[in-house]
Amino acid sequence: MTNSIDEIAGADLILAIGTNTTEAHPVISLRIRRAIQRGAVLVVVDPRKTELAELAHIHLQIKPGSDIALLNSMAKVILDENLWDKEFVESRCEGFEELVEAVQGYTPELAEELTGIPADSIRQAARAYATVGKATLLYTMGLTQHVCGTDNVLAAANLALLCGQIGRESTGINPLRGQNNVQGACDMGALPQFLAGYQPVADETCRKKFSEAWGGPIPDQPGLTVGEMMQAAIRGSIKGMYIVGENPVISDADANHVEKALNNLDFLVVQDIFLTETAKLADVVLPAASFAEKDGTFTNTERRVQRVRQAVQPIGNSKADWQIICALAEALGLPMRYQNPEEIFNEMAALTPSYAGIRYERLEKEGIQWPCPAADHPGTSILHQEKFVRGKGKFHAVAYLPPDELPDRQFPLVLNTGRRLFHYHTGSMTLRTDLREICPTEQLDVSVHDAQCLGLNQGDRVKVISRRGEVEMTVRISETVPRGMVFASFHFPEAAINKLTNHARCPKSNIPELKVCAVRIEKV
Amino acid sequence: MSDITCTINDKSVTVPRGTTILTAAAMLGIDIPTFCHDPELSRYGGCRICVVEVKGWGQLPASCVTEVREGMEVYTESEKVLEARRTILELLLANHPDDCLTCEKTGACRLQEYAYRYGVRKGAFPGACHAYPVEADNPFIMRDMNKCILCGKCVRVCSEVVGRSVIDFSFRGFHAKVATPLDSGLLNAGCVFCGSCVEVCPVGALTEKQRIGKGRPWELDSVTTTCPYCGVGCQINLLVKEGRVVGANAAGHGVNGRHLCVKGRYGHGFIHHPERLTNPLVRKNGQLHEVTWEEAIQEVVRRFGRIKQEYGGQAIGVLASARITNEENYLLNKLARLVLGTNHIDHCARL
Ligand code: SF4
Ligand code: SF4
Ligand code: SF4
Repeated sequence: MTNSIDEIAGADLILAIGTNTTEAHPVISLRIRRAIQRGAVLVVVDPRKTELAELAHIHLQIKPGSDIALLNSMAKVILDENLWDKEFVESRCEGFEELVEAVQGYTPELAEELTGIPADSIRQAARAYATVGKATLLYTMGLTQHVCGTDNVLAAANLALLCGQIGRESTGINPLRGQNNVQGACDMGALPQFLAGYQPVADETCRKKFSEAWGGPIPDQPGLTVGEMMQAAIRGSIKGMYIVGENPVISDADANHVEKALNNLDFLVVQDIFLTETAKLADVVLPAASFAEKDGTFTNTERRVQRVRQAVQPIGNSKADWQIICALAEALGLPMRYQNPEEIFNEMAALTPSYAGIRYERLEKEGIQWPCPAADHPGTSILHQEKFVRGKGKFHAVAYLPPDELPDRQFPLVLNTGRRLFHYHTGSMTLRTDLREICPTEQLDVSVHDAQCLGLNQGDRVKVISRRGEVEMTVRISETVPRGMVFASFHFPEAAINKLTNHARCPKSNIPELKVCAVRIEKV
Repeated sequence: MSDITCTINDKSVTVPRGTTILTAAAMLGIDIPTFCHDPELSRYGGCRICVVEVKGWGQLPASCVTEVREGMEVYTESEKVLEARRTILELLLANHPDDCLTCEKTGACRLQEYAYRYGVRKGAFPGACHAYPVEADNPFIMRDMNKCILCGKCVRVCSEVVGRSVIDFSFRGFHAKVATPLDSGLLNAGCVFCGSCVEVCPVGALTEKQRIGKGRPWELDSVTTTCPYCGVGCQINLLVKEGRVVGANAAGHGVNGRHLCVKGRYGHGFIHHPERLTNPLVRKNGQLHEVTWEEAIQEVVRRFGRIKQEYGGQAIGVLASARITNEENYLLNKLARLVLGTNHIDHCARL
């Protein structure tokens, strides 16, 4: 997030794109509610009538995958009606002409055709966003999990720049991250092209800094992303994998393909707290301690580094992940010895400028938001206040691109996937708690209209079939999905919805198009 | 805004205009008892346990809703005040069940605390007790309205903070009760089991099913940590007894304050789940078998060593995790690039 969670409550307008906040980030939704109580306008862009959409003053019920058409058209309205922030654009941005050119064709009428949103609603939303004092833009995977995911985000950023809705309190472009430490994993260099702190591995100076500190060479070519690793495993160029605390067989797009890839490896090690579907395929399974059994830090969606503290001893003979990694390094001939996680943190902070000023003792009372470059720096709640990281904020010309797989006669429905309130990710944790009692199985949300056409009743068992696989599920007739769309979560291994999803990826970020694929339904 | 100076228990304090007596007293470190007051919720002034004496005033005002005035002289524990508080407590106790021995709230109950503080026993007013059935239609929250003192905090938190208005006052007088619409139960009333109502309830009317019999408040260690689920990063306390996590509540600070969602508050059962992996496993003849750590590590070293020797480090891929700590992700990054010699490291950031 460019801004902080608390600031959401102070916004005059909240533009929420593809975020089911009340279910996926419940505590953030409390801030949205508070903003509404204060009189803020809520604009929700979502194909589904989520609970958040019910709260919205304007719900733009968009056709899945057409966000760029909407956002470009909003930019055009703002330009045509002269509502943009000239001072901000002149002093802080570049590439304005390219933006003007790129959005020229996107009249609200054309956008209406592409998005299914009435042209007047697009105008209304655009005017509201451009003219309020403080507008914050929130988004999650509904915006990013598309073949044009990166461009979707750029189109949203264009809008924020154009209206100067960034770099001030209660504004900004704010991705709400889905997992406890997904921000931290990225920050720590668990990415093929970056070392810790987004220092490019292809950059010689950065590489040199790390290899000197670590005492050995680092390969200079950026590595493969998870999707590419799976492809490489199928081709046979990746022979061995070490998977820690992930369950790609359930979580990744086109699960059958992932399973095939993992089965094709010579050697697979999985480290987890349960025998997950992925661990079942492993040659060696290493038992890890859970969050309650170790010390460390997580970094939340607002870049806040917070302590994780040990409450109980590791269960059985399980060990904290850091201890297992050290044991492996030692046995592989390059010892890494640390007394405790704090020592690891300090080594990392010395190599990572944005974490340089953070120490455990500073985190005792509350977390610190990076960048925190020095021991006396308070941390940063709002990014880009004076200038952008690269100097000027750049407009990017982006164009509408339809989803990779659209419904056709054989597969007439769009499958959309996401999360539910009572469960988390692949369910390996929540399905082993009392949460299972309250939400025991996954159900497929089907619209009233489609249910009628297909002769389906509440509770019917159906097969959902895509070009890549099929799963069986129970039907829930629901007002939340529009006609032509069905929805399910990926929390339940017994209804592994990612067997169906499309592994087509955004070429820039490699994110799979989990939000749109074509399916058909058959009664069983 | 101008400041106002007044005295409380003969100590002088200067506060901004609009400050309540309760808040001004807190600034002096003077604790005034409250049931229905909550700084995060709208002012209610219903329970009257917070009354104080103001010199020159005929009646005892409720300190949670009365703002200080210039020169005001306030007494928070005068004889008149104590008498009023004792009467309120006697009335509350008159129709409160005699259940402190087994009540989950014992040790953290305000009614108990104030009865002790003011030396009030049950019995002065023989009152009729309610006989409502205890509501436990869900795995998380028990509602025993026989113990409810009608402070209304649960009603306000659910509508003002959580925004759901699942519960409200119904009926009047002796029959007044906090209930779901048509008394249909939380499950049917759209409750999301965030537990904020339990967090604010001052007595044993709302308690947690998971914690029944699992330990008294004073037996529990509380360890503040970060929720393991979504990216909001709520601060939670894990409540530990004899090496087991028996409950969780909101830490009261951080992004979430006293609020959590159902996952953070009630989703910790996996920690001690019998299916936790407790020993390393190695596949032999197609089956996974429990082995020692030594054997498992040796197997990994042998197999990765062979792959590295034959095909180079580039034939190995590492998936780090959005679930583990920063320190661990950093080490995996180091292990992959330095020890295994591969930049193929990623995690499911895109999911
Ligand atoms: S658990 Fe949350 S939603 Fe349910 S009644 Fe209590 S405050 Fe309201
Ligand atoms: S249930 Fe608890 S919080 Fe709600 S009104 Fe009764 S005593 Fe107050
Ligand atoms: S309590 Fe709920 S909202 Fe808070 S971090 Fe945990 S899962 Fe997210």
